[in-house]
Amino acid sequence: MALISNGEFVVDDWRRLADEEALPDKGKIIVSYERLDSALKARGANGDIGVIINNTLEIDKLTPVIAKLGLIAIAFPSFADGRGFSLARLIRRTGYRGELRASGRLLADQYTHALGCGFDTVEIPDDLAQRQNETQWRSARRTHQRTYQRGYISSGSILDSRRKAAQ
Amino acid sequence: MSINNFNTLSRINSPRTTYQYDEFDKDFVRERVAEFREQVRRRLDGSLTEEEFRPFRLMNGLYLQLHAYMLRVAIPYGTLTSQQMRRLAEIADRWDKGYGHFTTRQNLQYNWPKLIDTPDILEALAEVDMHAIQTSGNCIRNVTADHFAGVAADEIEDPRPTAEFLRQWSSAHPEFSFLPRKFKIAVTGATHDRAATLAHDIGLRLVKNASGDVGYSVIIGGGLGRSPFIGKVIREYVPRAELLAYLEAIMRVYNRYGRRDNKYKARIKILVHEKGIETIRAAVEKEFAAMDYTAFQQDPQEFKRVAASFAPPPYETLPSESSKLAKARLETPAFDHFVSVNVSKHKIAGYAIVTVSLKPISGIPGDATSHQMRVLADACDRFGFGELRVSHEQNIILPHVKKDDLFALWQTLDAADLATANAGLVSDIISCPGLDYCSLATARSIPIAQAISQRFSDMARQRRIGKLGIKISGCINACGHHHIGAIGVLGLEKKGQESYQITLGGDPGFSASIGEILGPGVSADQVPEVIEHLVDFYLAERHESEAFIDTWRRLGHARFKDVLRREGEDGADI
Amino acid sequence: MTKFKHPQILLASNLKDGEVVFLGHNGWEKDFRLARIAKSQEEAQILETIGKTDYSANIIVDVYLTDVEITDEGAPRPLHYREKMRIKGPSVRLDLGKQACGAPDEH
Repeated sequence: MALISNGEFVVDDWRRLADEEALPDKGKIIVSYERLDSALKARGANGDIGVIINNTLEIDKLTPVIAKLGLIAIAFPSFADGRGFSLARLIRRTGYRGELRASGRLLADQYTHALGCGFDTVEIPDDLAQRQNETQWRSARRTHQRTYQRGYISSGSILDSRRKAAQ
Repeated sequence: MSINNFNTLSRINSPRTTYQYDEFDKDFVRERVAEFREQVRRRLDGSLTEEEFRPFRLMNGLYLQLHAYMLRVAIPYGTLTSQQMRRLAEIADRWDKGYGHFTTRQNLQYNWPKLIDTPDILEALAEVDMHAIQTSGNCIRNVTADHFAGVAADEIEDPRPTAEFLRQWSSAHPEFSFLPRKFKIAVTGATHDRAATLAHDIGLRLVKNASGDVGYSVIIGGGLGRSPFIGKVIREYVPRAELLAYLEAIMRVYNRYGRRDNKYKARIKILVHEKGIETIRAAVEKEFAAMDYTAFQQDPQEFKRVAASFAPPPYETLPSESSKLAKARLETPAFDHFVSVNVSKHKIAGYAIVTVSLKPISGIPGDATSHQMRVLADACDRFGFGELRVSHEQNIILPHVKKDDLFALWQTLDAADLATANAGLVSDIISCPGLDYCSLATARSIPIAQAISQRFSDMARQRRIGKLGIKISGCINACGHHHIGAIGVLGLEKKGQESYQITLGGDPGFSASIGEILGPGVSADQVPEVIEHLVDFYLAERHESEAFIDTWRRLGHARFKDVLRREGEDGADI
Repeated sequence: MTKFKHPQILLASNLKDGEVVFLGHNGWEKDFRLARIAKSQEEAQILETIGKTDYSANIIVDVYLTDVEITDEGAPRPLHYREKMRIKGPSVRLDLGKQACGAPDEH
């Protein structure tokens, strides 16, 4: 897997724990949603626990523990499945400030969509990272400098710019 | 690349009566062109596979069809300036084969562009504030509106400022660009529904509440295709300031819960049908209540800015009747017919709305040559404040023509084979491209339209029959709107042959209904004859000035079915 | 896999310009008469393999086999009306498409 942050391929300091693996005593680990409660009980809430969730998870299943999480990864079963974008918005709406990660076969062409909806990082399989290399992800960050929506994270909301220009 | 050497200057004295891009809008579209240019490059070098490229290609309006690529250009809310129409003609000549096809969703399709030329075409469009953004793909499509917007006598408010707002809000949306399926929105501001709002994923109707404020009645879950549904009202009244937020709530519910396991069940109409409108309404209201919608709140200043660009042109004060027109009608019967059939009432005295039919007898519905596009551009500069409209009936409208000028306009149109006096008549057939072009089609539809048109080529007979909508689709996806045609024709494949299923009783308006199947499919050459029998039966049975659909509703479907059965028994050839 | 009933040819669209092309003995041809005809399941599979390779190499897209019959002149003729359309061009514009460049009217 390759991890993209701020348009760069970076080293992942989180480790995905397989369900059959024992919970280590320390270190940043990502567990499945099914294992989340027990992991949090075992480790407490020190921000070293992250979770990977399906894009169909109801947000209220996460809200009771969301403040304890250091990372939430949303799985993208395919790049064409946009449910993760809406779920990211709902997660950010709870006030969650930890890392939000899109995990799956996301394309560089969707990078600004992901950032706009509140994702920090994107995690893609190696074969995809070979075709869509760091250069492509770096320039993908700048493909949507102008956006029409408001309330999404973007470098240049047209409505806000217009308002400014009118002042 | 620059194509400034083309003659694109619109007449200087033509006022702009449609939305004019500011620098931000221009930047946005230029950025999208640059992005697609890069995507094409990355497709060719293998950075993007075809599966990965496909949604981005589609979001830029580019399909792969039977013979070539096809580029679908957006004509938002169907409004077009003369300068834009000229550019469409130039593109047809330079990168295509000298013509274009106006579709049922206020788009224009080129049938022969090359993938490698498409970025240049998009750049040429961007130079005149046009684009092909989101004319396909699983995203919010080109927003359509009443083609008589701003000039209709029955209007509460011009729907185009709203549609332009929606165009901007939906363009390259970070959250809603990878929906379960395509999503179509139509807006009307009139008391007659010319935008088929009940047949869209979302239909918006401008309404006034008890205190006289203009807001929106929101309809969801309409749509044609494999499983046709008439839309249902989800909210009777949404205040203007809350519209975008409310739509955002609908989109979020759809994006999260719309089915993704089956392409044919992925539209919002299926979600509404399976869960029930009450459940969906509750989910939308819950999301709406939870949203911090100050961010989406429609900015009144911004709305004013957009609305101002749709200001009416500088009309002259004219008497409501024109003696020049009356005289010409008396002297030239062909012109007189044109006026009675193709000219509609304008809200300003002394002006008229002219429908230019793209359905010449035996012609290809919706096709226009680059020459015809230029004639229309020149004609609207001379006679109509430089403005044109495109209707979902695949015709072109000149929305503001002085009654005094109608005869001169008619002569100009007639010289370019654009004066067919059949608007709304039996030969004004809506038809998708069908298997002559489309890779999804299961049968041809254009030759069927041509044969029906030929069968009813006697114009006096057409006028006797009166308004009658025939709509033809070449596959179940129903781009030809056959479900809502008074007479619908659906082309299918049956045992390796093209076969046509006929439906009756469809209605696109406020009293929308889905047509009912007449009987087993018939072959291509039987279609005109079957339709002729149905029309003859209607003529024999109708009450005075009763429309086909009303006769059908009064007599019932069974009586019409009987016609065919009887004809089948008597005439051995049916 | 469906049973092999008729001879088959492989057709596709050129990635760069969208033109319909047919796999011939010397690569992709614009004229269907130059198409290589598979007369057995094994031959059809060979065509398909070449198609997959060229698809992966970003040369062609929308590649598939279609059933044909063989005319007296030895040329393939598609059996389905959809592919009959594809080898010629739109039936309502005989001045456009392959039929406009001298491909024979093969009815």
